[in-house]
Amino acid sequence: MSLPLSAGQRSHRAWPETLHAEWTKLRTLASTGWLLAGAVALTVAVSTAAVAAAAVAPGVDLAKLSLTGIQAGQAVAVILAVLAISNEYSTGMIRVTLTAMPRRHTVLAAKAALVGGLVLAAGAVTVLASVLAGRLILPERGFTPANGYQLLSLGNGPDLRAACGSVLYLALVALLALGIAAVVRDSAVAIGTVLALLYLFPIAAAVVSNHHWQRHLEQIGPTTAGLYIQATAGVHALPLTPWQGLGVLALWAMGALILGGLVLRFRDA
Amino acid sequence: MTTITPYRSPVQDGPDGFPQLLHAEWTKFRTVRGWVIGMIVAILVTAGLGLFLVAASGNVSCGVSSTGGGSGPVRHGAAACGPPPLLQGPAGEPVTDSFYFVRQPLTGNGSITVRVTSLTGVPPGPMQPGLMPWSKAGILIKQDLSQGSAYAAMMVTSGNGVRMQWNYTGDTPGLSGAVSAASPRWLRLTRDSDTITGYDSTDGAHWTQVGAVHLAGLPSAVQAGLFATSPQYIAISTSFGSGNVNNNQTVATAVFDHVRRSGAWPAITWTGGDIGPATEGIQGFPQGYHQAAGRFTVTGSGDIAPAIPGPGNGNEGHEPIGFFLAGTVAGLIAVIVVATMFMTAEYRRGLIRTTLAVSPVRGRVLAAKAIVIGSAAFVTGLAAAVGTVIVATGEAHASGYSLWPVPWPAELRLIAGTAALVAVAAVLTLAVATMVRRSAAAVMLVIVAIVVPYFLTFTAAVPAVIGEWLLRITPAAAFAVQQSTPRYHHVQAAYLPGLGDGFFPLAPWAGLAVLCGWAALALAGAAYLLRRRDA
Repeated sequence: MSLPLSAGQRSHRAWPETLHAEWTKLRTLASTGWLLAGAVALTVAVSTAAVAAAAVAPGVDLAKLSLTGIQAGQAVAVILAVLAISNEYSTGMIRVTLTAMPRRHTVLAAKAALVGGLVLAAGAVTVLASVLAGRLILPERGFTPANGYQLLSLGNGPDLRAACGSVLYLALVALLALGIAAVVRDSAVAIGTVLALLYLFPIAAAVVSNHHWQRHLEQIGPTTAGLYIQATAGVHALPLTPWQGLGVLALWAMGALILGGLVLRFRDA
Repeated sequence: MTTITPYRSPVQDGPDGFPQLLHAEWTKFRTVRGWVIGMIVAILVTAGLGLFLVAASGNVSCGVSSTGGGSGPVRHGAAACGPPPLLQGPAGEPVTDSFYFVRQPLTGNGSITVRVTSLTGVPPGPMQPGLMPWSKAGILIKQDLSQGSAYAAMMVTSGNGVRMQWNYTGDTPGLSGAVSAASPRWLRLTRDSDTITGYDSTDGAHWTQVGAVHLAGLPSAVQAGLFATSPQYIAISTSFGSGNVNNNQTVATAVFDHVRRSGAWPAITWTGGDIGPATEGIQGFPQGYHQAAGRFTVTGSGDIAPAIPGPGNGNEGHEPIGFFLAGTVAGLIAVIVVATMFMTAEYRRGLIRTTLAVSPVRGRVLAAKAIVIGSAAFVTGLAAAVGTVIVATGEAHASGYSLWPVPWPAELRLIAGTAALVAVAAVLTLAVATMVRRSAAAVMLVIVAIVVPYFLTFTAAVPAVIGEWLLRITPAAAFAVQQSTPRYHHVQAAYLPGLGDGFFPLAPWAGLAVLCGWAALALAGAAYLLRRRDA
């Protein structure tokens, strides 16, 4: 017979237990594994296709090119993050969760930590595979040192920044999705909203012909600004530095999580 | 033995035909507030984005200039402000009209005949070909010397044989093969009142009629003579996130002899001059002509052709209206979400069991749902497209932004096509949702199939080759209905979706047919699974 925990002990143990509970929920869903595998496969496939179709032209950014797939793979990371919350609402599980763990912020923080961690791990695999594909295929497409193109290498500062930044980018997109899912609760609406946010800014920036507006849209869009981290050529011409760009995405993610936390705190589940 | 009479409800059977099923599904759709709001959001987002894009584009000019009133391009007061005004051809379509013209007036009916023995360009360099396939030289009859006036011409081209072209958009092939001293080409243009007839020949004795065109309102005195011109060389490189277009001038030099005329040619000598702004040509090969012993050598640069919109074609700042329908993709996301929930909500709440108990013929349930969501989406798409066209046109007039003129049939097709695109996409979504049953998976699949390919090509995130294929085979091909201006086979240009030009690899209705094909496939799969699986 174990003694009931005192109030102090309980609050002390709340965080690891919440984390453990959330991990069990996430781990035992069949969809989690499939989605992670899907994110990796889709990203690497699109990156490889982009690299294999590339042609030598002035101003090609090799790191950016070989990480093209992130643009498609982020969509899968979004589903993973959205399902982590909206599944609980669709099955009513959220009421059990919040009864067992009444500290709602802690629940959201645990979910964020786990989803972020999983996406970071999958992102690292993805980015390594994409960079490897780029390194192997690009020289065959004419991007050789003889033509003035350096081989992709993680020992090279900007390339390393692009690679690590892309992993962080995926994790931040997942956190943004998690925050929005906590606000809107329904999986379809959450995925629609997040993808509209992700894809709308680049499309609007591509379409608008005023350069002033184009810069503004790129600066504030979560995808456009966030992907500055992949730039290794012409970095000085960008409206923001690569890390500032990733910072814009981090602000979006933080804003969404805070909003999600507030809604979770003040609205009935 | 007692016989058991089965129980029969004293309540009379209600009508259970297809109209009742439709009515039931319509009631389900109409009474969920979130779905109706979702459709309204789709309309507002599409039109709002269109309005924003025009407003943001309209600020290009320095200061707001007043509109001239009525249709036609808005001319900005100061030449330095905003994009240059569009040049319009006889039918009102934007055109390019610049070439070197060695001409004389021709009064009344008459004809001109020449022999062309050579068409050459500058020596080709590593980044520059000598001639473009549509570099051209020949004889031309033109209404007057102003740019954009009516004309008809017989010409030899560098890569497309002999052609007869008229009024920018008209083009008919004549003799094939390249011109050379060993294989010269004879060309003849005959004017008879408003009709101009073109002939070609390999020997000057046996003539073949290439075409006869009617140029309405041709004055008695026209300009006729020899011309040469060569369009820009366009090199497109698309790398991740950015597309670069390099334009370079090219020049064509043609050698003519055996110039013969009939009819009334009042001038004594030939006059050479640029049509359009005088260009330098390429260094060392200036535009101009040289006449010696009946031989004319004419060098020109430019093009006589319909203009193609887009910054890649030197026409930045004048976008056609279809371009401002770019917000459709955002509205479509909202419609996809609603169409998904229209089916998945049934599974989530278990309502599907009631639905199928009431109407056991499952295919009919699917058909009724498809009709309801398709019609609702069609109305949404129609409202979104009409709203966008109205607010974008209004904002363009207010801010002095000059839209690329689009003829009304094309504008009508843009609107109807957009509505059809949204409707068919909603039906596709419904079918996918029936197959996968889960909201998240259905929304994602459809967005990855429609929105992501569009996004990847439009933002030039993938190389143009992949983008072209994505817009051929994925459901995103249907966005071709939003292409405002046609592709001309006789104009080489940057016909890309990615660089803000709005060109698609498939013809508008062919693109929509691709989406319809996907929707039909998905519906068949959905009908099969709905019948074979337990609900």
